[in-house]
Amino acid sequence: MAETLLSIQDLCTDFLGKHGPARAVDSVSLDIRQGETLALVGESGCGKSVLALSVLRLVPDPPGRISAGKALFRGRDLLALPAEEMRNLRGSALAMIFQEPMTSLNPVFRVGEQIAEAVRLHQGLDQGQAWDLAVAMLDKVGIPDPGERARSFPHELSGGMRQRVMIAMALSCDPDLLLADEPTTALDVTIQAQILDLLSEVRQRRAGGATLLITHDLGVVARAADRVAVMYAGQIIEESPVRQLFREPLHPYTQGLLASLPRPGSRERLNPIPGTVPSIFDLPQGCRFHPRCPKRFEPCDRQAPPLFHPGAERSVRCWLHQ
Amino acid sequence: MRPLTRPSLLSRHGLLVLGLALVGVMSLAALLAPWLAPYNPLDINVKVILAPPSWAHPLGTDALGRDVLSRVLWGGRVSLWVGFVAVGISTAIGLALGLVAGYFGRLTDEIVMRGVDVMLCFPSFFLILAVIAFLEPNLTNIMVVIGLTSWMGVARLVRAETLGLKSRDFVLAARVAGAGPARILLRHILPNALAPVLVSASLGVAGAILVESALSFLGLGVQPPDPSWGNMLMEGKEVLGIAPWLSVFPGLAILLTVLGYNLLGESLRDLLDPRLRQ
Repeated sequence: MAETLLSIQDLCTDFLGKHGPARAVDSVSLDIRQGETLALVGESGCGKSVLALSVLRLVPDPPGRISAGKALFRGRDLLALPAEEMRNLRGSALAMIFQEPMTSLNPVFRVGEQIAEAVRLHQGLDQGQAWDLAVAMLDKVGIPDPGERARSFPHELSGGMRQRVMIAMALSCDPDLLLADEPTTALDVTIQAQILDLLSEVRQRRAGGATLLITHDLGVVARAADRVAVMYAGQIIEESPVRQLFREPLHPYTQGLLASLPRPGSRERLNPIPGTVPSIFDLPQGCRFHPRCPKRFEPCDRQAPPLFHPGAERSVRCWLHQ
Repeated sequence: MRPLTRPSLLSRHGLLVLGLALVGVMSLAALLAPWLAPYNPLDINVKVILAPPSWAHPLGTDALGRDVLSRVLWGGRVSLWVGFVAVGISTAIGLALGLVAGYFGRLTDEIVMRGVDVMLCFPSFFLILAVIAFLEPNLTNIMVVIGLTSWMGVARLVRAETLGLKSRDFVLAARVAGAGPARILLRHILPNALAPVLVSASLGVAGAILVESALSFLGLGVQPPDPSWGNMLMEGKEVLGIAPWLSVFPGLAILLTVLGYNLLGESLRDLLDPRLRQ
């Protein structure tokens, strides 16, 4: 088995609300191994993005605060590093791509300058070398005529182009761990496929690197990930290799997600999961999914289930698999 | 069918063009005063005391026979210089404090913004008067004091812009790339916050020119015999009945310059405001 690159252990992140603190990320443990793409799946507001920002120590504070846990990156706890060292790791060893390519680029600078800035921050290159590298990165992410495009301002580029620029910027310092937060959500379906292919292509060339792909789109998961972790209301409720998850989902929530996917050619109605995600300020007793669960039984509304390990590489937070 | 031509700059932004023209003409006249002025502004000529406008003296002469046109031109240098330096000082202070307060928030923000509130409590013109009365009323003191008493608006403006900008994704992206606070403030937030500052600076120049004129009019500004629009007005008021040109022309110069900067500022604001942009 490949070596673990990032090991998140019992990470908790709280947000201070009007009615007291709420736990947006609740004791999440997750291992990301070298060379793999781990998909983090869940509905909006389940804590996916907060988890990624927690690893980078960029949770907006206030109101957010990382209250417990570790994030061991190559054996060193990111959450305990001095601020200066953490800043050096950001952008060089750890990089992130955001959902909105429209707003993630500074509108007043040329895109080449922005990539070059990221490079200059970490590698002692002079302005000319950094610019050349920026152009080379734009070429690498498939932007035609990169020398010319590097002189464009963000508003002159399309959404897909901008996301390519973001990817070029994130990859410019050759990071070990790439956190991709819904990198394709804001894009057209055809562009989505291109961007996913681009991501897996550039990541495969990098030995020992890993990607955490945050998404709510199971199609993206099937296409791009090696393993999946499903999040619900701040907790990991199921973790599994991709194939096994799609063949045999264990948690009723995961089953519901898969059942709610539209099937081409089928005239059946879609099967949504009834109810809505509980607010993290007002979580139900026992299992957090039990009010919406079609298979709930005796212990579910009283006792929160721990993670069970029903198979190799698989874990699930459900009493059914005790 | 109407031809598909773009409307000209003049028709779309008439007031902007007018403001630019006024500002341009007045600045040029002041800059070129040594070459444009027909006489030395300090030269006394007792043969032409209080002469009305004529070919020899286009704007007339004052009680000491000095040429009013030359004095208006040289006085313009003082006014514009005061305007620019004072606004430079106040904008620099306002930018720095606004950026820091908006970005770091919490206690820093509280301290800076309460400082702003305190400064705004003083009626600034009387504060300037009092300070200048204590210090020597020379040009440097005037510029510095005007600058030090007019930065609060800029600080509030920049703080508000910074608050909005710091939660934007590209700032987060810069932090993810490993940029520190100084870099984020100077490269990512400052350039995006400059548009309203430009507007406020333009209006600020107009305000500073008015304050300088008022100080000079009260005798606490530029000291005679050096000309400034304000002290020319003061000298003119004694003989307003018999020699109105002494007051009319410097007054007109103040009016046109201040109008120019105000028009420029207002139309820049409209131009830079995305909600009003077509």
